Amino acid sequence: MTIPFSAALSQIGPDSDVVVTSRVRIARNISGFPFICRASNAVRLEIMRVVKRAVDRPALSSPSDRGLQWIDLQAVPSRERVLLAERHLVSRHFANSEGPRALALSHDEHASVMVNEEDHLRIQYLCAGSRLPDAFAAAFALECGLAETTQFAFHSRWGYLTACPTNVGSGIRLSAMLHLPAVQIMGEVERIKRAARELHLAVRGYYGEGSESAGDFFQFSNQQTLGSSEDALLADFHGNVLPRLISYERDARAAALERHRNRLEDLVFRARANLSAARLLTAATATRDLSRMRLGAVLGMLPINLARLQRLLLQVQPAHLSMVDPRAADGEEVEREVRATFVRQELAQSSTDQE
Amino acid sequence: MKCEHCDKPAVVHETIIKSGIDTEVHLCAEHAIAAGYPLPLEQPIADIFPQLAAVAKVEGASTKERSSKCHACGLTFASFRKTAMLGCATCYDAFMPMIEQVIERAQVGATHHLGRSPKGGAEVERTQLLRAKLMRDLESAVATEQYERAAKIRDELKALDTTLP
Repeated sequence: MTIPFSAALSQIGPDSDVVVTSRVRIARNISGFPFICRASNAVRLEIMRVVKRAVDRPALSSPSDRGLQWIDLQAVPSRERVLLAERHLVSRHFANSEGPRALALSHDEHASVMVNEEDHLRIQYLCAGSRLPDAFAAAFALECGLAETTQFAFHSRWGYLTACPTNVGSGIRLSAMLHLPAVQIMGEVERIKRAARELHLAVRGYYGEGSESAGDFFQFSNQQTLGSSEDALLADFHGNVLPRLISYERDARAAALERHRNRLEDLVFRARANLSAARLLTAATATRDLSRMRLGAVLGMLPINLARLQRLLLQVQPAHLSMVDPRAADGEEVEREVRATFVRQELAQSSTDQE
Repeated sequence: MKCEHCDKPAVVHETIIKSGIDTEVHLCAEHAIAAGYPLPLEQPIADIFPQLAAVAKVEGASTKERSSKCHACGLTFASFRKTAMLGCATCYDAFMPMIEQVIERAQVGATHHLGRSPKGGAEVERTQLLRAKLMRDLESAVATEQYERAAKIRDELKALDTTLP
């Protein structure tokens, strides 16, 4: 498997000061097959065959994206599966689970289809910055392409059927990964989470479902999938909810600068000092300090390129780090040492960044 | 935040809305288990935590309904309550009154799909049934080691794909 380094997570886009990535996921099941919890390996292989056939059709691949590459997860070593999870291309659960399952992935890593996850298909489009309408259009283009040769389970009342009945209807999950360090500093995280719940949004951590938020990154997504058209869901999330969340963080940054500039600078410059000096570094500490540096970068305190920080945030994760230096897989202590050395080198190079 | 029954840190935080009044619940692991809440500790459990909460609250189903089983895939309602996962498309009709409750609870009262739909609805349903039958046949053929028959059924499944537009 070749994994080029073009992950959406290491790029920047519109409103990147707050919005790290935009993602649209569509859950679909193929009609006639049992859902995953009742599917034997034979059935799961048959599902893979049907999906691969749909994916391989020339109509699905425009000349620009050269189609989707097919990755059989059972044939991929664990480190590379974790790598895919670190890039948010598969869920952690999907990376670590067992049984026949696959990932169809576009060469630019924006479009993907998880096959045999919780649902037969999880069609995804992931891109940098606030670009939900683009992600929405691209995900549905892929869904329509697949629907030409694949019949999806559909119910006249409930719409598209999903393994968990709470995702039924449009089966669509819109989400945005937001960087909210100022909301955190101002002690407003609980309030924003509560507001999100009132708007029927789920708030998750850096690695999605069930994960802790690391480095003040939070993923917001719609809970409701039934009773609204897909376009209405998008209009509400992108036009109404997201701008409010973005301005909440921006206002918090302005307020923090005005009232606690010294504390803010202290956090940002200590983070850089720590990362520039550390000889042993855990992924959690690196993520925390890079997150603070990211805040410093968008506020103009640090002359470091945002795309470089974004890339670093990804490269300090365990599987990515062991791609940079295979010794990172040799044990915890070595991993920390490799991480510290790598981050020091990167930050030394970043001093030449022109922002 | 502390548990409301003891001094241990709360791990389960729930807002229960009853008759328009919000009540917050904060419980430590022990008291959460005692109160019947699933714990958000391990990934797979936490994954489906909100769904489980919706499923756990199913009320009003008679004992007969609770012990019911999907005739198509054999999933029991008890098993669905445990995992929040359905076994096949037919489960939606097999567990109808309970499923309705779960969905309405999770979907803020929405009761019907209003979004996009696939082209050719009736055709989809017919192929849906045929494929389901072939898949069951294939399963039993493999289980009883009738490999020739299994190969034949696989061919039929492939033919089913090619008849599609």
